[in-house]
Amino acid sequence: MVGLDGLIIPGGESTTIAKGLESADLEPALRAHHEAGRPILGTCAGMIICDAEHLGFIDAQAKRNAFGRQLQSFEADLDVEGIGDEPLRAIFIRAPWVESHGPGVEVLAEYEGHPVAIRDGNVLASAFHPELTEDPRFHAIFMAMTTSASAREGAEERTR
Amino acid sequence: MAERATFRLKTGLAEMLKGGVIMDVVTPAEARVAEDAGACAVMALERVPSDIRRDGGVARMSDPAMIKGIQAEVSIPVMAKARIGHFAEAQVLEALEVDYIDESEVLTPADEANHIDKYGFEVPFVCGATNLGEALRRLGEGAAMIRSKGEAGTGNVVEAVRHMREINSGIRRLAQLRPEELAAAAKELQSPLEVVREVAAAGRLPVPLFCAGGIATPADAALMMQLGAEGNFVGSGIFKSSDPERRARAIVEATTHFNDPERVAAASIGLGEAMAGLEIGELAAADALLQNRGA
Repeated sequence: MVGLDGLIIPGGESTTIAKGLESADLEPALRAHHEAGRPILGTCAGMIICDAEHLGFIDAQAKRNAFGRQLQSFEADLDVEGIGDEPLRAIFIRAPWVESHGPGVEVLAEYEGHPVAIRDGNVLASAFHPELTEDPRFHAIFMAMTTSASAREGAEERTR
Repeated sequence: MAERATFRLKTGLAEMLKGGVIMDVVTPAEARVAEDAGACAVMALERVPSDIRRDGGVARMSDPAMIKGIQAEVSIPVMAKARIGHFAEAQVLEALEVDYIDESEVLTPADEANHIDKYGFEVPFVCGATNLGEALRRLGEGAAMIRSKGEAGTGNVVEAVRHMREINSGIRRLAQLRPEELAAAAKELQSPLEVVREVAAAGRLPVPLFCAGGIATPADAALMMQLGAEGNFVGSGIFKSSDPERRARAIVEATTHFNDPERVAAASIGLGEAMAGLEIGELAAADALLQNRGA
């Protein structure tokens, strides 16, 4: 993971991903990336992996499969802070929601009263799957975070 | 407005399983072993294919009580098998809220001419195929995921290799055709022209393609991934081996790191006995191949 400006932890099964991180011994590299202030985007299972019960990168608890099984999977128009007025078509598959979060966490979107997109420092997380639609606006938030973090890092290196 | 059961929600779940292993289980205890080993989903069925093969008789959908027990035991997706063409079994599985239905040749077919109309269901379906034409026919019926059929319950990967090569070389051939040649190709493939056009344009199936049927070792799993499978179903290979927990973990490891022979080698050490295998030629001579069901 050396040389990465940003890292995306995409959807999947969070138990499988957690076991994979352990068996491949990836946690130290993930922590180093996070501690260096480099952005991370976690979607669905990726959000769960970043939560307080897992890697602890966000001051929030995700509730797994909170919206139910596959038959309850849904897509819906979602107003998201920072992407403009047009709603985002969001795909929720056996999706989690944010059950609770600390005061420093920014809620960017809610669905039926549950936070489904949040930002905590350099970590952006969504319960839905922006990677399954063509709309790039949620990724654009992450790209902006990544370019500004990498510019900041570059400036720090030059002043050193 | 919120919508359910759109095609991208159906394929979306399969997208999330890519790179993973879906394990056949017949009890909640086996489902627990599978989840702990890193399976990305489990397939609930009444008997694993090698037992179906040995015992004979009619193989049907699992007991709903067992499916509910498995759903209560694990948090990963639970799939279950329905007989080919048996839409009432599929309705029961949908009522049980399984996450995916496998319309499977491993069970005794209920209809020799027709598959289930999968567009009529909210729950997504995975179907087996031995070649591209079969895969495209299943897509035309609404399948949201395709797997090779292989030859289930044999512990012999040769048929899965044949089917994966057939499907992928078929796609490559299709992608090279000119637009006016696609109608003739659809006729030859006995598949809907619309699906043929879509696959030719994209150079890939519009849904995830997994391998199933005969994987018994970590190296088998790595082989299938290198041949283009996007994930693996493992049936009898795990719970018919001498040490299911270790073998399950090893097959997950080999599926994830399929391009890293050192990791596959490390995963392959000390697994005990693999399931006993069956020779395909003998089954063919006895007219006992499951893959010929529901073409």
